[in-house]
Amino acid sequence: MRAIALAKQIRSGDARLDILSDVSFDVARSEAVAIVGASGSGKSTLLGLLAGLDTPSAGRVLLDGVDLFALDEDGRAALRARLVGFVFQSFQLLPSLTALENAMLPLELAGIAEARRQAQQMLERVGLAERCNHYPNQLSGGEQQRVAIARAFVGTPGLLLADEPTGNLDAASGAQVIELMFELNREFGTTLLLVTHDEALAQRCVRRLRLVAGWLQPGDA
Amino acid sequence: MNGLQEITLALRLLWRDARSGEVGLLAAAVVIAVAGLTTVGFFTSRVEQALARQSNQLLGADLTLSSDRPLEAAFEQNARTGGLSVTHALRFPSMTAHGADSALTEIKAVADGYPLRGELKIADRLFGAERAVHDAPAAGTVWVDARLLTRFDLKTGDTLRVGHSELRVAALVTQEPDSMTGFFNSLPRLLMNAADVAATGLVQDGSRVRYILYIAGGPAAVDAYRAWAQRHVAPWQNIEGVRDARPEVRSALERAGYFLGLAALVSVVIAAVAVALAARRFVVRHLDACAVMRCCGARRATVTRLYALHFLLLGVGAGAVGCAIGYLAQNLLAIRLAAAIAVALPPPDGLPALHGVVAGVVLLAGFALPPLMDLGRVPALRVLRRDLGAPRGLGAAGYLFAAAAIGGLVLWQARDLRLGLYMLGGFAAAAALSALLAYGLLALLGRVRIFGAGGVNWRYGIANLRRRRFASAAQVAALGVGIMALLTLTLIRGDLLASWKATLRPDLPNRFVIDIQPGQVQRLAGFFQARGMPQPVMFPMVRGRLVAVNGRAVSPSDYADDRARRLVDREFNLSWADVPPSDNRIVAGRWWETQNARELSVEEGIAGTLGLKLGDALTYDVAGSRFTATITSLRKVDWDSFKVNFFVIAAPALLQGQPVSFITSFYAPPERTAMLNDLVREFPNLVVIDVAQVMAQVQRLMDQAADAVQFMFLFTLAAGLAVLHTAIAGTRDEREYEAAVMRVLGARRGQVLSVQFAEFALIGALAGLLAAAAASVLGHLLADRVLHVPYLGTPWIWPLAVAGGGLGIAASGLLGLRRLFAAPPLQTLRRTSG
Repeated sequence: MRAIALAKQIRSGDARLDILSDVSFDVARSEAVAIVGASGSGKSTLLGLLAGLDTPSAGRVLLDGVDLFALDEDGRAALRARLVGFVFQSFQLLPSLTALENAMLPLELAGIAEARRQAQQMLERVGLAERCNHYPNQLSGGEQQRVAIARAFVGTPGLLLADEPTGNLDAASGAQVIELMFELNREFGTTLLLVTHDEALAQRCVRRLRLVAGWLQPGDA
Repeated sequence: MNGLQEITLALRLLWRDARSGEVGLLAAAVVIAVAGLTTVGFFTSRVEQALARQSNQLLGADLTLSSDRPLEAAFEQNARTGGLSVTHALRFPSMTAHGADSALTEIKAVADGYPLRGELKIADRLFGAERAVHDAPAAGTVWVDARLLTRFDLKTGDTLRVGHSELRVAALVTQEPDSMTGFFNSLPRLLMNAADVAATGLVQDGSRVRYILYIAGGPAAVDAYRAWAQRHVAPWQNIEGVRDARPEVRSALERAGYFLGLAALVSVVIAAVAVALAARRFVVRHLDACAVMRCCGARRATVTRLYALHFLLLGVGAGAVGCAIGYLAQNLLAIRLAAAIAVALPPPDGLPALHGVVAGVVLLAGFALPPLMDLGRVPALRVLRRDLGAPRGLGAAGYLFAAAAIGGLVLWQARDLRLGLYMLGGFAAAAALSALLAYGLLALLGRVRIFGAGGVNWRYGIANLRRRRFASAAQVAALGVGIMALLTLTLIRGDLLASWKATLRPDLPNRFVIDIQPGQVQRLAGFFQARGMPQPVMFPMVRGRLVAVNGRAVSPSDYADDRARRLVDREFNLSWADVPPSDNRIVAGRWWETQNARELSVEEGIAGTLGLKLGDALTYDVAGSRFTATITSLRKVDWDSFKVNFFVIAAPALLQGQPVSFITSFYAPPERTAMLNDLVREFPNLVVIDVAQVMAQVQRLMDQAADAVQFMFLFTLAAGLAVLHTAIAGTRDEREYEAAVMRVLGARRGQVLSVQFAEFALIGALAGLLAAAAASVLGHLLADRVLHVPYLGTPWIWPLAVAGGGLGIAASGLLGLRRLFAAPPLQTLRRTSG
């Protein structure tokens, strides 16, 4: 994955606010990279741009050699379906679906016939075999995040993007989730890009990118 | 904060909310409810004003006395000695003819001095200049109305045959007091001089003639005379003052008003659901603003007052818009009913507008005040802890308040406690039943599992419906009622009419002949024989009034039922027979064995209406003499046969020697109209009634009334859509959030949309299913209980309702979500999950 001169500005009346400025970097296959920085430094915005969830003011993102923003919205969605998995700070599970149905969702959207079996296996892998038919509001925070991880890995994506995956968890659940994520990263050879302000977590990654007020600081890797 | 500041702030908040679309749906729901109510309100106000204006000159006098027999001379003498002006008239139906053509005509023969009050307007030709006159037509001349003029293509100076006389057409009557027409189309009319009646030979014993005495004078003298006359009138004689004019028209129009009002109330009740949903969303979205206001030092009462004022302004504003729409819509209603109401309607007064605004405010208050109270209770701490102060739901007091508001509105609009309570009960039962059914259907849907890629959209649609189960049930029920009303009034109505027409044999009698004199029976039989037509059966008919049951005198006021009152008030047509009529069936008791029996046979329906049973002794007054006889059998009559039938048949001896006329019915093929003209020429006193024409007229009236009610149900459907859109708006954040999550997971636009489509299509299809079921039940009930026809139903209303409902609601729902993709998914996730 490669980011080239990414910039994001928002306008509010006459004022212009620069959230990201001239961010460029490469991430190699199977590499684990942490993006760190203070609140408001632009970490989550960068992650959103890398996944094509938002559009940049300038710059490009190449994912598996494809220019993300040369595609239209549906094209980006199709690319995400094929290549990208997500883990969010606030889990982002659909409340009307059971744990199993949440985990099945990416496979079903991609039209994969064996969605149920694969999702079941993945939930077993994250230790939630017994919780398949529970709804998100019946699960603890740690369990919800594990469902989210199962959902992220079920399609065996090449790239996993995680946005403060432990931010809403207590220390014990957080540690469990982190272990699980790195295990799966190794198991599936997935490229891992995670946003965090937890230095301990960042240290487990091969490389760290530091954002300060929207600018990428050199030389931390 | 003083009062003025509060109003200013409330206005500013309202303005901001309005601009951000916040209050749009709330306002729309109120607008729909008020528009429906005021449409009916304005329309009935116009009709009532027209009735009131007409009744002033309706009688042609201050007081009239009328009777089916000549009035005793004492009535006229007493009026003259009291210094009152007096004149009289005869009114009867008869055939009139011009050349070879003939028509049944309503004839009024008036004496000099008519009319005592009001004026006649006449013209020389159709649409010619009108002039007011205060006299009757001169002897030897007649005035005709526009219908008779066009029917025969008459000009002034032409002659018209009335009985045995030839009378000259002297003018066209354009306005006439004391007119039988006015609101409902009936027969063409002719006005003649009373002096010419004898020569026509039309008035004979047993003829259907109404004798009328007109009285006018100073109010005190008229009142005194009325009091005196009231003590002296016989039960078959009527006194009518200006106040009592045209009760049958009044009650018919009031009934029509009730039906329209009912249709409007259905919209109000459904709109109330939308108001409740929208108000709740409003409150949820304003919690933060309230917390901030509390933080800045606003007292609880201030916050409550501020938003109460906000809602009051909203209610008045939306009410005003609703009134404006209602004003426009009532014009359409008036045009739709124009042919049925043959009278110019004055412009409506302003009262319905006031009612509309009050109704809008009450509706808002009833459903928005309880959650509004929660806004005042929002703790200032919410600025720090967002989980605090969420509304706790309506609670018992809230529900009571809302129920009181809607109950009050219904009772107020129904204008009749009993009717209002029936309506309320009906609404409550229908709402509970349809919500229960909708809930059950949703639960059932949850068990349906469709796997595989194709089923994913539907499964998520179902999952969403089940999660918002209460809101979904409310939407399904509200939309179902709207669709049902439309189905019933379109498909089922046409279908029922078709079924009914199919039961009519083509050779059913299409002409009734009445007023056949005893001396004409043989000649009439010969007339049919000479033309090779089947001999019609002629039934004797004697007019008598029911005066006592089991020795107890009866009067209309003894009965609560309108129909029973009318029956007792009027003269019955009695007949006699040796054997039961061939198409009647004895359902209780037995037929008499001898002609001399003092026995009666009564039709079972009327026996039920009047509360009569086997063994009851009825006393009838026939032309002043009375007889008493016992009911020994009850008969079932097939009224759809269009044959002559009687409510009450007596053993032959009972009616011998009474003034009698005969009645018959026969089928005249369309190609034999010449025979009808011969009939009228040979027997000028006979009244020939064209049943087919009457049926066509009745059907036209029914169609127009159904049209008007159908028009009102468009408001119901609009209210149903308002519920749908309010529910969508209430869940828009959730939907945008879900859409964003799905897009993060790689869903294409089409996939996200198809989940939403599935959900709305299911709501619409369930509503359609419910509506088709309800409309079918209603159709069967109408067929069985009202029309008495076998009814198979229209099988295709099921697929039509389900598919139409599904697609229609899906399209409408997606329209409400057109902003689903307006923001990139990341922004949506940040906004909605914070």
